[in-house]
Amino acid sequence: MKFRTLAELGVLCAERGLSIGKLMLEEQSAESGRSQQDEFSKMAAYYDVMKEAVQRGLHENTTSRSGLTGLDAQRVVAHRQQQEACLGEHASNAMAYALAVSEVNASMGRIIATPTAGSCGIIPGVFVSSQERFGWDDEHLVYGLFAAGAIGFVIANNSFVSGAEGGCQAEVGSAIGMAAGALVELRGGTPVQAIHAVGLALKNTLGLICDPVGGLVEIPCIVRNGFGAVSALAAADMALAGVRSVIPSDEVIQVMLEVGSAMPEIHRETAGGGLATTPTGRKIMKKLREQKKPPRS
Amino acid sequence: MRFKDVFSIIGPSMVGPSSSHTAGAVRIGLVAHQLLGAVPKRAEILFYGSFAATYQGHGTDIAIVSGLLGFATDDIRIPNALSVAGEQGMDVIFGQGKGLFSHPNTVKLLLETSEPEARKLSLVGTSIGGGNIEIVSVNEFRVKITGDYPTLVILHEDRTGIIADVTSMLKSERVNIGYMSVDRKGRSGQALTVLELDDMLPDSLIPALQTIDHVQHISKIDLSQF
Repeated sequence: MKFRTLAELGVLCAERGLSIGKLMLEEQSAESGRSQQDEFSKMAAYYDVMKEAVQRGLHENTTSRSGLTGLDAQRVVAHRQQQEACLGEHASNAMAYALAVSEVNASMGRIIATPTAGSCGIIPGVFVSSQERFGWDDEHLVYGLFAAGAIGFVIANNSFVSGAEGGCQAEVGSAIGMAAGALVELRGGTPVQAIHAVGLALKNTLGLICDPVGGLVEIPCIVRNGFGAVSALAAADMALAGVRSVIPSDEVIQVMLEVGSAMPEIHRETAGGGLATTPTGRKIMKKLREQKKPPRS
Repeated sequence: MRFKDVFSIIGPSMVGPSSSHTAGAVRIGLVAHQLLGAVPKRAEILFYGSFAATYQGHGTDIAIVSGLLGFATDDIRIPNALSVAGEQGMDVIFGQGKGLFSHPNTVKLLLETSEPEARKLSLVGTSIGGGNIEIVSVNEFRVKITGDYPTLVILHEDRTGIIADVTSMLKSERVNIGYMSVDRKGRSGQALTVLELDDMLPDSLIPALQTIDHVQHISKIDLSQF
């Protein structure tokens, strides 16, 4: 890849007169040695998996193996059908779809890690709901995934994208930044606006710890995906309106690295602190441990 | 750069619930499966750090075993891997590793095969996020294997010119090396050379590489289809 920072990515897009998504497709093809068509098809197949996961989460039983979570996406949809959602229809859909995909993940269904499985609901939530709303064809969304990937590539190489390394800010936070930047581009914003959206979004998740109850990717991961989709919409709107990230997005990524590196181990996916060790969290963990051998063994 | 392409960020396609604890663990198991060229008869699986704390909840245990069986990250048989392993006669022991470890998500695998020949393999792998991995040790040699590219793992004696012999054969096939690591047990002792390549070698070249003096064993790793 010919860029290491978001600033460099913005300059490259300007020099070549390309969107972030189209530039990333060219760069990916150069890196892999495979044709742009092959790489595009692979991403298109991933988008199909995302859409399937949304549908499964909205219509099938997503109760997890632990029995702790499931069917929240369907609750949100049912509620919105009964009365107007506080968020309004479109943001409520993005939230429900993100919950749906996260619940499919927790119930050992098939998803695309974006950038990780713990944060796999945010991009499909934003993309699939926006596609329905604005009537975009799949090709447009697939370029959007390349744009999201370019943003994630910079975050991952300058900071981190796993909860075990940098807390939830690295996982859910990165996905929100990727979704926000990509949505700006999908709506016709410039690469510079998309990059501002990343910084705006990341600032809102700095410091978020990774504290899964019982070590499972369920509580609070699933609801954080729902919230994350809504945050991405907000960041995209701000950037499209011309709001700038005064602290440049690359510098915000460095703050994520600083905060994540300083985070104690108990708050980095070890289930040793935070929500995992609340009285209720401990009770749940104890119950999980006492469960006789799970059916898989 | 730890992450090299767009599909290390968007992807893999996988069975949940955790990219680092499930999909990454499958890929670590797959590297071991490919290095062995077989399903192990015995597998001791030692977890460190976050892996040790949460492996049961994330299914890291069944994910490692899935990889050892040769399953892909989105194989729907993953939830049943332990029973498949039992059917194939694999003894599996899980434990908690002791001592220093290089990354929060670290696993050590101690493996033995009986088919096609009795072999032992020890391997330390880390799952660095999003399903991406780094194998940091193979049979006590320090290495760096990501599985993102076709990879040759060459066990040889530490003698002058062996690396030149190997790379000149690669040159004649016009295969470019992207990353290389070399480690040895001691001067003139055993050495391990790992080559990450831009293209996979034609199969015919492996036997040719094996004829180089003091080359003892060659394995191939390629996770591009997983």
